[in-house]
Amino acid sequence: MALEIIESCTNCWACQPLCPSKAIYEAKPHFMIDAQKCTECAGDFEDPQCATICPIEGAILNEDGVPLNPPGSLTGIPLQKLAA
Amino acid sequence: MQLPVINNTASEASQGGCSAGSCGSTDDQMNHLPEHIRQKVFNHPCYSEEAHHYFARMHVAVAPACNIQCNYCNRKYDCANESRPGVVSELHHPVQAVKKVLAVAATIPQMTVLGIAGPGDPLANPERTFETFRMLSEQAPDIKLCVSTNGLSLPEQVEELSKYNIDHVTITINCVDPDVGAQIYPWIFWKNKRIKGREAAEILIAQQQKGLEMLVAKGILVKVNSVMIPGVNDKHLEEVSKIVKAKGAFLHNVMPLISEAEHGTFYGLTGQRGPTNEELQALQDACEGDMNMMRHCRQCRADAVGLLGEDRGSEFTMDKVEQMEINYPEAMKMRAEVHAAINEELESKRLAKESKVQLVSIQGVQKKEVTRPVLMAVATKGGGVINEHFGHAGEFLIYEASSEGVRFIGHRKTTPYCEGGDTCGDGESALDKTLKVLAGCEAVLCSKVGYEPWGPLEAAGIQPNGEHAMEPIEEAVLKVYEEMRVAGKLAVKVVEQQKVA
Repeated sequence: MALEIIESCTNCWACQPLCPSKAIYEAKPHFMIDAQKCTECAGDFEDPQCATICPIEGAILNEDGVPLNPPGSLTGIPLQKLAA
Repeated sequence: MQLPVINNTASEASQGGCSAGSCGSTDDQMNHLPEHIRQKVFNHPCYSEEAHHYFARMHVAVAPACNIQCNYCNRKYDCANESRPGVVSELHHPVQAVKKVLAVAATIPQMTVLGIAGPGDPLANPERTFETFRMLSEQAPDIKLCVSTNGLSLPEQVEELSKYNIDHVTITINCVDPDVGAQIYPWIFWKNKRIKGREAAEILIAQQQKGLEMLVAKGILVKVNSVMIPGVNDKHLEEVSKIVKAKGAFLHNVMPLISEAEHGTFYGLTGQRGPTNEELQALQDACEGDMNMMRHCRQCRADAVGLLGEDRGSEFTMDKVEQMEINYPEAMKMRAEVHAAINEELESKRLAKESKVQLVSIQGVQKKEVTRPVLMAVATKGGGVINEHFGHAGEFLIYEASSEGVRFIGHRKTTPYCEGGDTCGDGESALDKTLKVLAGCEAVLCSKVGYEPWGPLEAAGIQPNGEHAMEPIEEAVLKVYEEMRVAGKLAVKVVEQQKVA
């Protein structure tokens, strides 16, 4: 059970101090999650904290590779506008 | 006929006077601030059209994280050619940031103010922000510190903020009504949850207002920034202005929404337009009856360096700064001398202006004729005089002349006519752009105007005027206004009369 940060990450640091398991670390070209440490915040918070503050849609994936914040879910920008 | 040079609005002037503290701001709004506040901000380049030609500021980008989303912001954006808030090229750790600040302060002694403005929210990055402030308070006590915030975590940070050399905090307050806020803020991060919609706006507004009250109670100066979004909060901002003034904010800065589609923001992609120059001015005028308004904000980048409207950030990239050897205690002596010389010059100018204003005000009282207000554009490099060629001006200062006198309205950016080439990317020539930017103005005063733009300017109803080169701006504007009056061009329209009444 672990989340993953992918290349759309903008290195904004918002997630790093929130992680209760200290699983998030600064790396190049973007922040990474240590899969051994990540608990998806089970037992600590109702929602995984990194995905709860992350401003970039699609930057954090669950175990199945599905974005926790899919396109349009945070900005409200209609999908056809995002594609353009 | 002599006309007074005034620093307040028509409505205030008609009441026959102005109380310090409530007057509208113009090119030199500080003269209208209470003395203890004026003493604090007189050398802050962001607060005075006059001071910004003498003093410089810089921002350091140490605060990348944000705890809210605004519909005018896109956190993915980073472009060195973009000059607007929230955009940076290089993020710094506090130790690097301090090194950079000391390097800039030693190289540009006019640098008096260091701000932390992002690119995220400084108070959502409290460790990085406060570490920077702590080190600077120790190592460079001659630099003033300021910080801007969306206000969400402000109440819990006020105590810490009050420990440093911080005398101004800027809070961006776009609304006091959660229904308006729900159209501006899609979400906030609050108590380990992402909250959306009206509830999010309600929490944010409550925190902003509480933070404002707490700062005022601590004696820390608070400026309020508001982004004007037509159809969303444009009408509402008048109420915001009243409320923040009543709570003790000393200055309100209404800025136009920036929403180009290529920025990829919600507003940009959904076609939300920014206000026209006229709409912005009308709102600033409407708020001015209640509040000191800020008219010359250049909406800088979150890592801007230098005088307002210029950015010397590229001279101080981290790799260049690492090469510099800075002896700050030595630099501080040199800085103190430079500051003393500038302060002396500014003070003598202020006194000269004050005595002149009193003089023309007395002469102006006898005048009864009411003439219609006229907007004029001025090309200047600074120093309060007309000293820029039309073709070299990257921005114009806009002044309004009326039977009440002259007041500064704002600035409008353009592409200098002489550098514009034949066409810009969108097929618009630099002259076309300038003509559009100067819409509503009836004259443009510069040190020189070329033959080529003369005709198109006249055709657009903007009289080019190069006759007042090197003259003080307000005096020249009054002279041109007087010429227009004599020529019978200033008869009052009935509609405008009613508006003033």
